Amino acid sequence: MRGFKISVLSGKGGTGKTTVSVNLAKVLNNSVYVDCDVEEPNGYLFLNPQIEEEKTVEVIIPEINSDKCTLCGECVKACRFSALTKLIKKILVFDHLCHSCGACFEMCPYDTIIEKYKPIGTIRKGKAQSVDFIDGKLNYGEATGVPILKEINKLIENVDKPVIVDSPPGTSCPVIHSIEGSDLCILVTEPTPYGLHDFDLAVQLVKQRGIPMAAVINKAGEGDNIIEEYCEKEGIKVLAKIPFKKEFAEAYSKGKLLIEVDNEVREIFDKLSTDALELIKK
Amino acid sequence: MKQLAILSGKGGTGKTTAATTLSSIVKNKIMADCDVEAPNLNIILQGEIVEKEDFYGKETAVIDKNKCIECGLCEELCRFNAISNFEVNPYYCEGCGLCMYKCPVEAIKLVEEKTGHVVYAKTKAGEKVVYAELFPGADGSGKLVTQVRKKAVENIGDSEYLIIDGTPGIGCPVLASATGVDLVLIVTEPTLSGFADMKRVLSAIEGFKISSVVCINKWDLNKEVSQQIEKYCEENNIEVVGKINFDETVVKALKNLQSLSEYPDSIVYRQIYEMWLKIKKILDERVESK
Ligand code: SF4
Ligand code: SF4
Ligand code: SF4
Ligand code: SF4
Repeated sequence: MRGFKISVLSGKGGTGKTTVSVNLAKVLNNSVYVDCDVEEPNGYLFLNPQIEEEKTVEVIIPEINSDKCTLCGECVKACRFSALTKLIKKILVFDHLCHSCGACFEMCPYDTIIEKYKPIGTIRKGKAQSVDFIDGKLNYGEATGVPILKEINKLIENVDKPVIVDSPPGTSCPVIHSIEGSDLCILVTEPTPYGLHDFDLAVQLVKQRGIPMAAVINKAGEGDNIIEEYCEKEGIKVLAKIPFKKEFAEAYSKGKLLIEVDNEVREIFDKLSTDALELIKK
Repeated sequence: MKQLAILSGKGGTGKTTAATTLSSIVKNKIMADCDVEAPNLNIILQGEIVEKEDFYGKETAVIDKNKCIECGLCEELCRFNAISNFEVNPYYCEGCGLCMYKCPVEAIKLVEEKTGHVVYAKTKAGEKVVYAELFPGADGSGKLVTQVRKKAVENIGDSEYLIIDGTPGIGCPVLASATGVDLVLIVTEPTLSGFADMKRVLSAIEGFKISSVVCINKWDLNKEVSQQIEKYCEENNIEVVGKINFDETVVKALKNLQSLSEYPDSIVYRQIYEMWLKIKKILDERVESK
């Protein structure tokens, strides 16, 4: 199958983004599942991949060579993220605030700053039966997972398989990095007023980036019409509705794939994948 | 003022349900919705806006075409690939200023960008809530969380409690939601991912020396994992202050935009009420012993 990229996002965590991503990747077969939710990558709990490769992601942070430093303070002035402070006898680096922008290196008139590599997380590659698996994980307390997302993007740039990206929750900068270059964004939402509110934020974001989109209503049932009316108005196709059942919540809690516990859900996902491919072809 | 932050590691564990229910139980308080990327609290409280303040969350480089001599240095130096063809992509620009410092003809400026609002709202019943409105694509930074908390403190009046509905995840905004509070309530659910997320939040805030308590939401969905969570908490000296049942009432209330307090006879409401009594006791004792 030709390569394409579908990003699954949700505006907010907990709406079923991972559920949709892992089940879709599984149904597509011979696909690549990519977990970009680097703060809490949970896709592996459902796919149980055999990890074949693990790689550390590093960023560059400054290290001041205090023998040569004249304490002129130029670096402190240059840093817009307050990651450097001048003490009486030395320059202190707060590495969790550093954005690795390189300004201090460039601005030091005495060339006293050394580039130090600091690990901020890991990328794992593996296989979950017919699905290729990639996930990124950010170390505790690190400011941003964006460098990990950039590395992941390089890995999936040229694969000629369908790529399903489980995006980070929310609508901020990491989401933009993870959806970049997608052929389709699938927005997962719940039919509640909150769900609609978060969904609307995600829709605006995807619109801004000019990527085609479609919706999936999770925990469908009563109240679906608030999402459906909105989608109609915005011209967004509702690809599927996943019903709300207590068994699903139980299956999820045990790390089971919904398509494997329920035939109805399997049919929903089969249809979802066909319809999604239709949208991409257009 | 006693400050409680509610965290969950991840969205969807029932953090906002806990927050809104607590909001109706605790009378003399102000709420700060620090889930700045998806603020839901005021949707349910339906407060009227009292005050709205612009938030400038970010700086972005802007190139003055008239001055630029197209030397290409800025593009080469920018580590975020934010410049190409002498144009800045605002989504990628981190506002680090390097290009501005280095441009030989001073053609680059950093411009402060308005990325949202900080809003103070009040309901008819007098409930106070502070939250943020963030423009899509803007970053829900720790700075904004700090701003929301600051605004809440400014408007605290004679409220005794500040309840912070924290940011999901474990990144920098979460730390901004939790630093300096008296107690953190972690809302988790008995799923493998819920348990994993809870441990991640606990490690993330470990260095801050804030005491935490745990609430297991929908505990009866998977009693086995619930037990594992309880065991973990016991081993790590963390009190489980609440075990909330899985109850359709919650779904119903959510759909109808109601607080659980409108179902005072429901088991979940009572459970959250009892949980609050425990939290209150801990909070009061902690603050008094300070
Ligand atoms: S700019 Fe260089 S010499 Fe000056 S204080 Fe910084 S590290 Fe030291
Ligand atoms: S690399 Fe950039 S963010 Fe990091 S310390 Fe230097 S100037 Fe500050
Ligand atoms: S460094 Fe300045 S002059 Fe050179 S291309 Fe950039 S903006 Fe233009
Ligand atoms: S301010 Fe920094 S991130 Fe933005 S364009 Fe200039 S060098 Fe790149």
